[in-house]
Amino acid sequence: MVQKELVLSIKDLHAGFGSAEIVKGISMDIHRQDLVALIGPSGCGKSTFLRCLNRLHEETEGAWVRGKAELFQQDLYERGADPVEIRSKIGMVFQKPNPFPSMSIYDNVAAGLTIRGIKKRSYVADVVEYCLKQAALWEEVKDKLKAPGTSLSGGQQQRLCIARTLAINPPVILMDEPTSALDPISTAKIEELITELRKQVTIIIVTHNMQQAARISDKTAFFLLGELIEYGATSEVFTTPREKKTESYITGRFG
Amino acid sequence: MKGIHSSFMLELSAGRKVRNCAAQILISLAALLAIVPLVFVFVHVIKSGMPALNLAFFTSLPSPVGQSGGGMANSLIGSLILVVFGTVIGIPIGVFGGVFLSEYGKGKIAFFMRFSVDLLTSVPSIVVGLYIYSMVVVPTKTFSAYAGGLALSILMFPFVVKTTEEVLRLIPQHIREAGLALGIPRWRVIVSIVLKGAIPSVTTGILLGIARIAGETAPLLFTAFGNRFWPHGLNEPMPSLPVQIYSYAISPFEEWHKQAWAGALLLMSMVFLFNLVARLLLFRDKSGHN
Ligand SMILES: Nc1ncnc2c1ncn2[C@@H]1O[C@H](COP(=O)(O)OP(=O)(O)O)[C@@H](O)[C@H]1O
Ligand SMILES: [Mg+2]
Repeated sequence: MVQKELVLSIKDLHAGFGSAEIVKGISMDIHRQDLVALIGPSGCGKSTFLRCLNRLHEETEGAWVRGKAELFQQDLYERGADPVEIRSKIGMVFQKPNPFPSMSIYDNVAAGLTIRGIKKRSYVADVVEYCLKQAALWEEVKDKLKAPGTSLSGGQQQRLCIARTLAINPPVILMDEPTSALDPISTAKIEELITELRKQVTIIIVTHNMQQAARISDKTAFFLLGELIEYGATSEVFTTPREKKTESYITGRFG
Repeated sequence: MKGIHSSFMLELSAGRKVRNCAAQILISLAALLAIVPLVFVFVHVIKSGMPALNLAFFTSLPSPVGQSGGGMANSLIGSLILVVFGTVIGIPIGVFGGVFLSEYGKGKIAFFMRFSVDLLTSVPSIVVGLYIYSMVVVPTKTFSAYAGGLALSILMFPFVVKTTEEVLRLIPQHIREAGLALGIPRWRVIVSIVLKGAIPSVTTGILLGIARIAGETAPLLFTAFGNRFWPHGLNEPMPSLPVQIYSYAISPFEEWHKQAWAGALLLMSMVFLFNLVARLLLFRDKSGHN
């Protein structure tokens, strides 16, 4: 098998808040078009880890990071690395749908372009339509693009947030439990959307739902108390885990 | 056994009803207590102000002592100039200050700033007037619209800082993070997402601030001073509605008293209107979201 291009390479990454160490020396490689699921009991540092990768972690007071995380061989934390530029290459979808309030559906998707100064109307309109189609939302909103983003249902809002992220065309998208606030039908739609997107974007998705991880991901990383216990092909992690702890978690003995 | 029990419950619920009723009466009374003085003031000002509130009141200069008629047109324009002056200085300082405190307000500077803004909002307006008198009027040797507008802006901006900070803080952190996660620089997130989303509420704060300074008399007494003629320039004494009302009200002439009441009615209506618009704006904004 041909080795796919290395997208993210994380080496001994530590992170935390103040004196608390939450992420304790994680190392993992993520390749082009991988769909990696992060699983593990809540509070084990999945979100913190994810937020280190687009430098959003440092937005919290007292946050610190040590170690290396490289995107296409560029260390995200080297001196002079620009978080703004990094974030435009690594998109993020949050647990709770968070469209910009008081912005229309159209403006929400266009925000990443227009606010950063790309104003050419016909181009922006094309991108908005393309991304809404990619996010499988176009048919539902094409007649009310001027309506507030917050007027949509929760599931639609989350797809709007995905479209908003797609509009800046990042090679990597992080998703932090994107369906945990949604009903089963919306969840199914988003899962379908994710499996579509993975053809062109590298996706790391945190999920507390192990069926979801098994259904959509091709690699699974099991986190426990800030450490990476096991990382491998999803089929293997779920059927023949190498670690006892992974097995206990997957079979529901804790978490 | 069952009978005793249910009659006990009945008694209990009867007691509760009485107490509930009493509480309701007390609360209604308290509400009435707040509204009654307002109604009295309104009715009295309207009754006393209406007679002199004619077209001439809006279009003519004050008439000399002894002559009837005349109006407050010059004060009206003067007030407009002073309030616009105060607002033009007060809004940018107020909004910038509020943004700074809400978005960057963590360090020592912010703590000190918040503290001074709090203090400034409670400084009596006459003290602000006195300060501007010594800093501007004395050195320039003249009362002026500059001095008056400056005094008003000092009264306005702390209020705008506080309301702006408060409304920006209501915008959840995850909205800012959503903006940052799109690779938008922080200051653009603040301007184009946070501040833009809060425009109706920030405007409400500004309107309430304008309503506050529009009726101020004390800080204008020895800054803008007053004038019986049309305003000529900003570096001259500037008439204003509140000061004109004041000087007419303490005069011994019946005719001027009537004009003072008409001025009071006008001022009250304007302040009332500003408050109303401000609240409507806020209401529309609230009902617009879900
Ligand atoms: N701002 C913070 N300050 C201190 N500790 C925090 C903060 N945010 C999260 N934590 C702690 O970090 C740990 C990991 O949180 P998180 O990364 O959200 O876990 P997960 O996403 O796996 O549920 C939790 O124990 C939580 O209490
Ligand atoms: Mg989490």
